[in-house]
Amino acid sequence: MLEIKDLTVKVENKIILDKFNLTIEDGKTHVIMGPNGVGKSTLTKVIMCDLNYKIISGDIIYNNESILNLTTDQRAKKGIFLAMQNPPYIDGVTNADFLRTALSSKYEKNINLYSFIKKLDDAVDDLKMPEEMVHRSVNKGFSGGEKKKNEILQMKILEPTFIMLDEIDSGVDVDALKIVADNINKYKENNKDVSCLIITHYTHLLNYVKPDYVHVLKDGKVIKTGDYKLALQIENNGFNFDKVVIDAFNGSDASE
Amino acid sequence: MKTLTKGLDRKKVEEISKLKNEPSWMLKYRLDSYDVFKQLKMPKWGPKIDIDFDNITYYKKVFDSVENSWNNVDQTVKKTFDEIGLIKAEDEYLAGVHVQYESEALYHNMLEEIKQKNVIFLDTDAALKKYPDLFKKYFGTLVKKDDNKFAALNSCVWSGGTFIYVPPHTKLERPLQSYFRINSKDMGQFERTLIIVDEDSDLHYIEGCTAPNYSSSSLHAGVVEIFVGKNAKCRYTTIQNWSNNVYNLVTKRALTEENAVMEWVDGNIGSKVTMKYPACILKGDYSKASCTTIALADKNQIQDTGAKMIHIGKNTKSNILSKSIARNGGNASYRGLVKITKNAINSQANVKCDTILLDEKSKSDTYPTNICENKKSFLEHEATVCKIDPNQLFYLMTRGLDENKATELLIMGFIDAFKEELPLEYAVELNQLLKNEPIKECKR
Repeated sequence: MLEIKDLTVKVENKIILDKFNLTIEDGKTHVIMGPNGVGKSTLTKVIMCDLNYKIISGDIIYNNESILNLTTDQRAKKGIFLAMQNPPYIDGVTNADFLRTALSSKYEKNINLYSFIKKLDDAVDDLKMPEEMVHRSVNKGFSGGEKKKNEILQMKILEPTFIMLDEIDSGVDVDALKIVADNINKYKENNKDVSCLIITHYTHLLNYVKPDYVHVLKDGKVIKTGDYKLALQIENNGFNFDKVVIDAFNGSDASE
Repeated sequence: MKTLTKGLDRKKVEEISKLKNEPSWMLKYRLDSYDVFKQLKMPKWGPKIDIDFDNITYYKKVFDSVENSWNNVDQTVKKTFDEIGLIKAEDEYLAGVHVQYESEALYHNMLEEIKQKNVIFLDTDAALKKYPDLFKKYFGTLVKKDDNKFAALNSCVWSGGTFIYVPPHTKLERPLQSYFRINSKDMGQFERTLIIVDEDSDLHYIEGCTAPNYSSSSLHAGVVEIFVGKNAKCRYTTIQNWSNNVYNLVTKRALTEENAVMEWVDGNIGSKVTMKYPACILKGDYSKASCTTIALADKNQIQDTGAKMIHIGKNTKSNILSKSIARNGGNASYRGLVKITKNAINSQANVKCDTILLDEKSKSDTYPTNICENKKSFLEHEATVCKIDPNQLFYLMTRGLDENKATELLIMGFIDAFKEELPLEYAVELNQLLKNEPIKECKR
């Protein structure tokens, strides 16, 4: 279980998250929606300990333990995973080498090469990625869809318990999105306790990955929480968040 | 065992020649070189070199004979070479191994099939005696005694080194390796390497070097001359991992005939100061040369390295790729020369130097000289200096790699183009050497 308590975060003297609260129970999928620049990505990066963001107050608790004093890699080892919106490319380091290094870091021992290759091959198959991609430099020259698939590939190999997907649906064609979503669903099915935090602008991912909760974020705070229907309302408003926001402030339902 | 007292004068030069029972022309050559050495000033470029020439031992012979079986080698010494992996590499991978200990050869062995191909693989002293004509034809013609102060010093007191002659139409499937070790303090090692790859032949030669660490400085001033015949190919791979009390001042030069290929693969991990710029004179039309180098400058280390390419033949091509890493206050600089002469039309030269600085204390400079004397050729130079990218670091850390491991992986990626040029065994070992740990006594 992940609990975010009264979290206030600053970057370059601007408050991005303001006494933010959110609890994600095991096995649940939460979605955060909201226009650009409201702090959606910030939230995922703060959970992952990106040092560009300064925590002013509050706490992040994972499985009953504050993780604020942990470094990024220590948090990753606790099972927290972030699929990034724009993962950087790393020249000269192959996907396979990267993943093997990551796995042996996670388990703090050298991993068996043959079982690793088997696992990697299976995951690559599941994601319908060309086999040679594991021998290419990480994300180098990858298309938008290939990058997102590569993030999910890493998820499948590293087997996290809490997954953050930051705009996994942007820059991806419909076919790739379907494959990505299928793999997320399959992973969740096989690991019932895994919880998920999805950041998105759009609802089409939610046609495939069904959320338990949908939150609307504005000015560093959750201004409205609902279920899948809230996402549909947002979609019906033609992504007009302003209307949703106004309706939220007015305390009325964002219906037409 | 024979050790000359420290310091150098004409008498000692005569003694070295006498100990080696050399022909009179070589004694004269040594004495002439001594005069040149005395006249020449320290190089005007590069880092400050603080060598007390009077406090160096110029010649030391430890063992009386050269063995061709490790069983006959002194057990402590054998252990050293076993620990650095040389004996295993010989068994599994190499066509022949030559080991120099201080000034003279200690071990020498090669596969029967290499002998049958009439390949000559000897220490340079033995080659002078056994093949005097071949030796004299090439020796000192590419790196002349007045080339620079350290080439003059080498010409004066040279001892050991490797001599290789590959006859025409001969391809060696496996590399030959020489290994140079300085074992005592205040020692000077001045090996002289002469390689001739005749027409249509192919050679891969690997050179390794180490020394244990002492507080006072040792000097390594080797000279390497390589002649690559028509349609022939030579690859010369070095990973030097001298301890950080060694001044490593080496002159390396190759000459390519028509359609020949010369490839320098040069890794500089150790030493206190290294000044090394492997060079190629592209004499023959359509000949090609490349130099792929990495340099790692750690605390108190200066790596002043690079390459030189002189295009003389038409339609010649050269490629320099230099990757430098500086950390803990080290200084890794690129210094290079590319010259496309007037007659070398339709030639092409590419230079790419990339540097990564791992902290604020470390330093790097680039000193390129690029000259193109005709309008039908093409010369390109590209240089970058960067730090570890925080986004990449963060990304790797989100996958569970700690900061050290993540940095290490990024550096491995940075030098990947160099690693690809190494035999697999050496690439694995390079990984070990580059880890951000105190540098241990090295392998190979």
